[in-house]
Amino acid sequence: MLEIRNLHVSVDDKPILHGLDLAVQAGEVHAVMGPNGSGKSTLAQVLAGRDSFTVTRGEVRYLGRDLLALPPEERAREGIFLAFQYPVEIPGVANIYLLKSALNALRKHRGEAELDAMDFLALVRDRLKLMGMDEALLYRPVNQGFSGGEKKRNEILQMALLEPKLAILDETDSGLDIDALKVVADGIESMRSPQRAIILVTHYQRLLDYVVPDRVHVLSHGRIALSGGPGLAQELERRGYAWVDEMQIAAPGPGTTGETAS
Amino acid sequence: MNAPLSATRRDACHHFLDEFRRIRDTLPGRQRPWLAHLRDQAMQRFMEMGFPTLRSEDWKYTSVAPIENGLFTLAACTSAVIDRSAIGALALPGAHLVVFVDGRHVPDLSRTDALPDGATLTSLAVLLERNPRGLAAQLGHVDDYPSAFAALNAACMTDGVCVHLARGTRLEAPIHLLFVTTSDKLAVHTRNLIVAEPDSCATIVEHHVGTGTTSCFTNTVTDIALAERARIVHHKLQQENTRSCHVAAINAQLAAESRFASTSFALGAALARADIRVALDGAGAECTLDGLYLPDGRRHIDHHTRIDHNQPRCTSRELYKGVLDGAGRGVFNGRLVVHPGAQKSDAAQTNRNLLLSELAEIDTKPQLEIWADDVKCSHAATVGQLDADQVFYLRSRGLDDATARALLTYAFAAEMIQRVELPSLRQHLDGLIRTRLPQSLEALP
Repeated sequence: MLEIRNLHVSVDDKPILHGLDLAVQAGEVHAVMGPNGSGKSTLAQVLAGRDSFTVTRGEVRYLGRDLLALPPEERAREGIFLAFQYPVEIPGVANIYLLKSALNALRKHRGEAELDAMDFLALVRDRLKLMGMDEALLYRPVNQGFSGGEKKRNEILQMALLEPKLAILDETDSGLDIDALKVVADGIESMRSPQRAIILVTHYQRLLDYVVPDRVHVLSHGRIALSGGPGLAQELERRGYAWVDEMQIAAPGPGTTGETAS
Repeated sequence: MNAPLSATRRDACHHFLDEFRRIRDTLPGRQRPWLAHLRDQAMQRFMEMGFPTLRSEDWKYTSVAPIENGLFTLAACTSAVIDRSAIGALALPGAHLVVFVDGRHVPDLSRTDALPDGATLTSLAVLLERNPRGLAAQLGHVDDYPSAFAALNAACMTDGVCVHLARGTRLEAPIHLLFVTTSDKLAVHTRNLIVAEPDSCATIVEHHVGTGTTSCFTNTVTDIALAERARIVHHKLQQENTRSCHVAAINAQLAAESRFASTSFALGAALARADIRVALDGAGAECTLDGLYLPDGRRHIDHHTRIDHNQPRCTSRELYKGVLDGAGRGVFNGRLVVHPGAQKSDAAQTNRNLLLSELAEIDTKPQLEIWADDVKCSHAATVGQLDADQVFYLRSRGLDDATARALLTYAFAAEMIQRVELPSLRQHLDGLIRTRLPQSLEALP
């Protein structure tokens, strides 16, 4: 579904990603882990089409197409969804209006009829229940005055409504207490499907206790330093990210992206 | 260059003087010596002051050249015929309606029969003829007119509305004052006098509309006096056409514990200037000043507000927002004076501007003068563009760039509409704002 080859990304001429490779198939859940500043969020934003980043080399294929050539809205309509690390507050725009506009933009793109108000509301209510959210949040301005946990739930609510093909969740677990983490994790888990790929970008392993990934990748200094099975996340939790760097120093050069036993 | 310019300016004043002389004997109340004297004195005052120049601090950013060069004519009476259905489309449902066409009250188009006892609406032209006691005092003294436009208005006023709310009168339905201009090259001078006795309450919509593409100049003054505990909500909606000039003054005087809310929606005209002055003259009085201006194309919209905290324990809140597009230009000057002895004054002023184009321009200036020590005053002014994070967030949800920008622009402006309590006006305004967006939006829930 997604194939990233030799991706180099800079922001203000400062390289962030250099030589990142990653392949994700439909039905898989991948975790991208790494220390702060390793480029995790940059990767998530570049995939969604943020233009403040410059791709200097490499390519990204999504469903056989050149993803980088598409504007952000085209990517969204083609089934890519980014759950933001910091969901943006939009005063004056009701949450329900955004949800409806987003869903209808996608449906229109797929050649489907727009949902009428009744069908739409029924669908939203169903998803709200899944996320344990109060209906009143629909009528508040997007993310304005939401608690940290409400903002993250709201992102997952949007995902559950838009049913993307490729969901990228950027630090969705950060700032959540244990109860909220459970709700968010259940929401993500419910989205697991043979037709869908999910990329969990996270600093900590705790979300992965609830949503067990098929593959775990460790990002270090702008590239994937290590890939493995779900056991890699636990090993990281135990040994810290410095361990990955030490391994890289021990075995520099090509081929460092090795498997660890799990 | 100065000499020919000032000659032009003098010519412009003389043009109005000639016009005034031409129609003086047809103006309402002409047989009253005191009134004829007032008009002459006001005209003299106008000639002394002359049209303001950019050298005047209050007009630093606003040139009145389109008014000086417009060769507008004063009309004593209008023969304008207006389509009844055009009025019907503008009238707010359920409101007491008073219609003026080219500065003249048209009783036939008005609808005031449902007014409750205690509330009277009279045409100023009728009152000037009737000359009731106290009218002269209400019109004020020539020396007190704050600007050349106020003086010109006093000299040339043809009509307007006089609202009187007796003690304790509370109007449920709003009063809709609809001022329509139809005739080309016409200068319209209206004067409104609103008196709210103790404990009375009303909502008044002052609505100025230009029809077609005629070029008009409206110079209007509204005086509002609130007695103890009276409550007046005054909405001003200016949607003159793009060839017109609009100069307006609103003067409110508040007695103790009274509450005045003013909103100014400045959506039209080529050149528009509004001076809104509030005198908090009684302890515990409160005022709220809201405004929204949308200069686009080559429009120039200027708001000058002044709030005087003259007595203790008064509260003022002010929020003005501007959306500036094309080569549009906005001016906001918010003056706030807390006078000695006005302790426990509580004032907050905010002006926010959204610049949508590189050619658009805003000059914003808060002016706080505080002469008392136990007060709470704040002000903030911002000028910015659409937030890139917000635009990206919306696009990442599938909205195209133009729709995302239109939605965010709408949301910025709509805050001012949502603050309007009158549903019929809110709806009308919402429709107007949408037509001004570069991209149409789906119906909002």
